[in-house]
Amino acid sequence: MANVIDDATIDYVGILAKLELSDEEKEQAKKDMASMLDYIDQLNELDTTGVEPMSHVFPIENVMREDVVTNGDESEKTLFNAPERKDKTFVVPKTVE
Amino acid sequence: MGLLDLTAVELAGQIKSGKTTAVEAMEAVIANIDSKEEELNCYVTFDREAALSAAKEAQKKIEAGELTGPLAGVPIAIKDNMCTEGVLTTCSSKILGNFIPQFSSEAVKRIEEAGAVVIGKTNMDEFAMGSTTETSAYGPTKNPWNTEHVPGGSSGGSAAAVAANECFCALGSDTGGSIRQPASYCGVVGMKPTYGTVSRYGLIAYGSSLDQIGPLCKDVTDCATIMEVIASHDKKDSTSVERKDTDFTSALVDDVAGMRIGIPRDYFGEGLDPQVKEAVLSAAEVLKSKGAIVEEFDLSLVEYAIPTYYTIAAAEASSNLERFDGVKYGFRAKDYDGLHSMYKKTRSEGFGPEVKRRIMLGSFVLSSGYYDAYYLKALRVKAMIKKAFDEAFAKYDVILGPVAPTTAPKLGSSLADPIKMYLGDIYTISVNLAGLPGISVPCGKDDNGLPIGVQLIGDCFNEKKLIQTAYAYEQARGKFE
Amino acid sequence: MSKQYETVIGLEVHVELATKTKIFCGCSTAFGGAPNTHTCPVCTGMPGSLPVLNKQVVEYAAAVGLATNCSITQHCKFDRKNYFYPDNPQNYQISQLYLPICRNGHVDIKLEDGTEKAIRIHEIHMEEDAGKLVHDDWEDVSYVDYNRSGVPLIEIVSEPDMRSAEEVIAYLEKLRLIIQYLGASDCKLQEGSMRADVNLSVREVGSTEFGTRTETKNLNSFSAISRAIEAERDRQIDLIESGEAVIQETRRWDDNKAYSYAMRSKEDAQDYRYFPDPDLVPLNISDEWLGEIRSCQPEFKTEKMARYATEYGIPEYDINLITDSKKLADIFEATTSLCNQPKKVSNWILGETMRILKDKDMEPEDITFSPENLAKLIKLVEAGTINGSVAKDIFAVIFDEDVDPEAYVKEKGLAQVSDEGELRSVVEKVIADNPQSVEDYRNGKDKAIGFLVGQTMKAMKGKANPGLVNKILKELL
Repeated sequence: MANVIDDATIDYVGILAKLELSDEEKEQAKKDMASMLDYIDQLNELDTTGVEPMSHVFPIENVMREDVVTNGDESEKTLFNAPERKDKTFVVPKTVE
Repeated sequence: MGLLDLTAVELAGQIKSGKTTAVEAMEAVIANIDSKEEELNCYVTFDREAALSAAKEAQKKIEAGELTGPLAGVPIAIKDNMCTEGVLTTCSSKILGNFIPQFSSEAVKRIEEAGAVVIGKTNMDEFAMGSTTETSAYGPTKNPWNTEHVPGGSSGGSAAAVAANECFCALGSDTGGSIRQPASYCGVVGMKPTYGTVSRYGLIAYGSSLDQIGPLCKDVTDCATIMEVIASHDKKDSTSVERKDTDFTSALVDDVAGMRIGIPRDYFGEGLDPQVKEAVLSAAEVLKSKGAIVEEFDLSLVEYAIPTYYTIAAAEASSNLERFDGVKYGFRAKDYDGLHSMYKKTRSEGFGPEVKRRIMLGSFVLSSGYYDAYYLKALRVKAMIKKAFDEAFAKYDVILGPVAPTTAPKLGSSLADPIKMYLGDIYTISVNLAGLPGISVPCGKDDNGLPIGVQLIGDCFNEKKLIQTAYAYEQARGKFE
Repeated sequence: MSKQYETVIGLEVHVELATKTKIFCGCSTAFGGAPNTHTCPVCTGMPGSLPVLNKQVVEYAAAVGLATNCSITQHCKFDRKNYFYPDNPQNYQISQLYLPICRNGHVDIKLEDGTEKAIRIHEIHMEEDAGKLVHDDWEDVSYVDYNRSGVPLIEIVSEPDMRSAEEVIAYLEKLRLIIQYLGASDCKLQEGSMRADVNLSVREVGSTEFGTRTETKNLNSFSAISRAIEAERDRQIDLIESGEAVIQETRRWDDNKAYSYAMRSKEDAQDYRYFPDPDLVPLNISDEWLGEIRSCQPEFKTEKMARYATEYGIPEYDINLITDSKKLADIFEATTSLCNQPKKVSNWILGETMRILKDKDMEPEDITFSPENLAKLIKLVEAGTINGSVAKDIFAVIFDEDVDPEAYVKEKGLAQVSDEGELRSVVEKVIADNPQSVEDYRNGKDKAIGFLVGQTMKAMKGKANPGLVNKILKELL
C-alpha cells in the first residue's frame, strides 16, 4: 500500500526535528518520505512474531564506572566553541515569555 | 620507486632505518597534495605548516628513540568526523563549519601514539550520510582513477587520498559500507572491524549502533598494522569490547588451505554489474586454487537489509544530530525570532538535503504511533539478519562477495533518486546490522579502468581470518595498478 | 457548590541522588561553583562524547526501590527522551521508559486522624538532570549553565492514590524519610534536590472514572504543594461547574501569585520519540548484586524506634521526633555514644537544636555541627564546669561554627565559678547594695530572692554556679 504523507505530517515532523522547510522542500520531503516508507513497508512481508527486537548485537551488560570524580574545571573547553557567551555561560534567546 | 609508492609499513621501516625521514615523507605528500588536491578535493582541512611541524617533531622523537611505534613518522589522513583536538572538525557540514574540538577521538590518539603524523581531515558525505561524498558541504571529492567519477562514500576523501598518494594511509568510518565501498571504488584496501573493536569515543555519531572506525590503506599488511594500533578496549565507550586477539599482524600468513569460503548466491543476482561479478568470482577462483574450499550458499534476507538499515540508522541519526542546535558550538543562524526560530533556522540552514531527509525519516519512525510498526519491526528483522549470518558462519570461515553492485558512478548521477542510491549499499549494509567485520580488497577493473573490490565478511571477532584470506589473495594477485 | 467532588492526585517526584559524580561522567555534583566549571564533553553534549553509567546511581535507585516495596527490574535499559531545550545539551535526556529499574511498590502513610493508607508506586526510573537557565532582566536572552546537567535523578511515579493535600504531604514526608535514611539524597525541596510534580483531577464522589488531569510543576515547598493542590482543585471544579472542560496540560505554579498558568506552546509536541539508547548497554542486576544492595539497607524509623526504647530508655515522644529525621537520629546516636547521656542529648536536640533550626528556617539536613562537640558540651555541664545558661550560649556558637566547647570555654573564660569564698563575698556585696529586696524577702516575698540571684549572676558575668548562689543567699539572709 502506497504511503501518502500530508502537509500536517510534514509540519509535525518539522516541529519534532526542528527543521523549517520551504514549500518546495516540503513537497520534495513528502515524496521522499512516502517512497522511503513504501520501501520500508517491505519489512511487513516478514513474519517477525516471537522475534525479540535487537538493539545491541552483542550481549554486553553492566558497563559502569565507579563514583569517583575524575574531571576538574573544564569550563573554558566547554565554552570554547560557544556561538555566543557571556562570562562563563552560553547565551540563548530567552526561554520564558 | 618513489617515496610515495611505499606502503605505510614500508615507509615506517625506512624511517626507522634512517633511509628517509618523517619530514621527507611529509614533504613528498605535501608536494603531491599541491599538484592534485585542487582537482581531487580529498581534504576539508589541510594545514601544511602544522603537518610539517608535526612531522619535524615526530622525526626528532624518532631520532631520540622516544617514538618507536609501528607507524612512527607515517603521514596519515583522518576522516573529518573524528574529533581532533585543536583542529577543525566539520563532518563536511556547514553546521560544524567552525567547530574546533577540545579533545581527540580515542582512535586518533592511538594512531598518534603509534607515531603516525596527521596531515589533515578528509572530505566525506555530510555526517557520513551518503555513498558518493557528494553530500559534503565543501564540494565533492573526485575519484583519482577517473575524475569524472565519484570516489564513493561516505569516507570518499580518505579513500581518494590513499589512492592518490595524498597520504600513506587513512582512517575512515563505516556505518553501512562507508569504508568498504569507497575503498572498492578507489582501488584501496578498507576494513570495517567488528562492532566494539575500535572505540567510538570522539567519533561524531551517525548511527551509534552501526558506526565503526577502520583503516583505508594501500595493502592488507598496512590494514592489519593499523587495526592492531586502533583496536582497544576503551572505558569511555560503553559498547567497546574487551578483546585479547587483536594481534592482527600475526594473521598475515599466505595460506588459505582448508579455509571454508561461502559465496552467497543472493549477492550475485539482479542488479550486479557483470564485470563486477566476473572480477569477484575470479578472486574466489584464485583462493580456490590456493586450497580454499569455496562453495555457494543461500544467505537469505538480503533485500531486507536496506529498509532495516535505513529505519535504524535514520532513527538514531535523528536523535544523535539533535545536539546541533546553535547553542553550544558550531553554526548559529543570523536572523531569528526567539528560541524555536533560532533552532529551526540554524538547523535548516546548517544541514544539507540528505541529512534533513534522514532526520525527517528518523523522527517520523520514532514518533508516537509509528515506533512499533517501523522501529521495533526493524530491530526484529535485524535479529533475523544476524541469525542468518550466524547460520552461515557455522558452515564457513569467510563469506565472499562484491562490495558494491557497480564501479564508481559518474559525479552527479546518484543523488536524484535516493532509493536507487541506497540500493548501492545492499552488500555492505547487513554487515553493520550484524556487527560483523568486513574487508574490501581490489580485485580488478572494469572496461573504463575503474577499480572493483571483493568483499570478505567474517564472523564477529574473526578479523584474523579476513586478514589471512585477504593477504593470501593479495599475494597471488600481485600489485594492484 | 451543589455536587460533591473528590480530588484524585498522583505524584511524580524527582530526587537528586547523593553521588559524588554525575550519572554518565566523572564531573562533580557539588553545589555552587562558577557556571560550567563542573562540566566535560559528556555532560555538555559535545560531538563524539559518550556516556558511561555511574554504578552508585544503580545502587541508590535499587535501594530506594527495595525500601518502597518495589520489584526490581533486574534486566533494565536506558532510553532517550527527545526534546529540544537549551538546558538539555544533547536535546535528548537519557531516562528509562520501557524497562524502569523499579516497579509496583508502595509506601504506607499515617494521617493526623490516625488513618493508615498505602500509596502505590507505579515505577521508579533513573535519569539525568538538566542544566540551569538564568533569564536576563533587561535583554531577551537567557544564560545556560551545565553544572547540574547530568546530575543523577530518580523519578518516583505514584499511582493516583492520594485524595488530599494532607495525604500528598504525608506521602512526600514518608518518601523523604526513607530516602534520607538510605543516604540516597538529602531531599531538600528548597534547593531542588527533591521536586514534586502534581497530577491532579477531580470527579464526582462515587464516580469510578477519572477526570481529565493536569500536571502542576515548580513546587518548591510543602506549603506551596498544599496551596497549589487546593488552587488546582478549585480551578477544575469551577470549570466543571461552569460547563467547561478541563484540558490535559502542564501548568506552572507561581507561589507568590498563588496561581498556576498553562505552559502551552505550539512548538511543544510532547512526542518524545523514546528509543533504547544505543550508546549504553543493558543492565543486569544479578541476584547476588541485588542481595548486596539489600544487605546494605539501613535500620529504618520503625526499627530504630523499637531499639531506642530498649537501648536508651528515653520517652516515646522524644524517640518519635528524633527518628523523624535521619540526620537527627545520627547526631543523637553519635553524641550519646560519646557522652552516654541519652536524655540530655535528646533534650539538646529537641530543645535548642530545633529552636535554632526554626529561627533560621533550616532543616535538620542543614546541620553542620559535630556530635563530638555536643557531647563535650554536655560533659562540661555535667561536670559543673559551665552552667546551663552559658551552655546555651556556647551551643549557639557550636551550631554556627562547630567550635570545640572546651577550648572555647577556656579561651573566653566562661568556666563556672563554684568557689564558695569568692561567691560569698559577691553575694555579701549584693545584699549590701539591695536593702529593699532583702527587706522584701524577709517580709515573706519569696520572689525577691530571684532578683538577688540575678544580680549575683550579673556581677559574675553569668558564670556563677546558680545552686551555690542560692545556698549562700539563703544562709546569709
